[in-house]
Amino acid sequence: MAQSKTPERPLSPHLQIYRPMLTMMMSIIHRATGIALYLGVVLLVWWLTGAATSDQYFDMVQGFFGHWFGRLVLFGFTWALLHHALGGLRHLLWDTGRGFDLPVVELMARANLGLSVVLTIVLWIIGYGVMA
Amino acid sequence: MSMRTPLGKVRGLGSARDGTHHWWMQRVTAIANLPLMVFLVIFILSHLGATRAAVLASLANPFVAILLALTMISVLWHMRLGLQVVIEDYVHGHATKLGALLANTFFTAALGVAALYAILKMSFGL
Repeated sequence: MAQSKTPERPLSPHLQIYRPMLTMMMSIIHRATGIALYLGVVLLVWWLTGAATSDQYFDMVQGFFGHWFGRLVLFGFTWALLHHALGGLRHLLWDTGRGFDLPVVELMARANLGLSVVLTIVLWIIGYGVMA
Repeated sequence: MSMRTPLGKVRGLGSARDGTHHWWMQRVTAIANLPLMVFLVIFILSHLGATRAAVLASLANPFVAILLALTMISVLWHMRLGLQVVIEDYVHGHATKLGALLANTFFTAALGVAALYAILKMSFGL
């Protein structure tokens, strides 16, 4: 019987080999923000169950989110949410078969990045306005 | 020459026997999440540093409680589907992959039930 031998097949280049491109980075960031939001929702459920538990426990939860570290986490959550939501809009457009021309793809990637940062800052200005 | 049987072609479910269901539900929950996230952001902004009494008062309103419950269901469903794809892409061992997929399902289900329990408890004033 013939010896079965794994043929020498060419390997797909690893991530480090590719020159980082905007669209590729956006794809990675979309997935990364999705994973970050997963953890953020765990915090949201913690906040909800805390509010359903007792005054003392909820004060502790609110204290965490009011602390500089908690605010930093919330700031990151805000940006991840906006970036992922805007990225989702791009995907919904692509699902209709539109928006695949390279200049359009590049423009949408830049708009996604820029808008996510701008909207995050706007929401936080509103947030500090509400707190004041 | 196609190896697909005529019956398999008609069913259109592919090798995973799931068809486009996963992809479709990811889109359905994504579209639902868009307006629900607008609600969630407004809800969070209006409860920054709020006392527990203020949160309870908001949830006494059925519209707030129902919207919040819908938000949690749609978001948790969406993130379960999303992490499932990440696991399928990066976890290779059969046992580890199955374990991770089960953990993802159980964890998001537990989070969902805990969130809905909390929302209903507060909304009913228990």
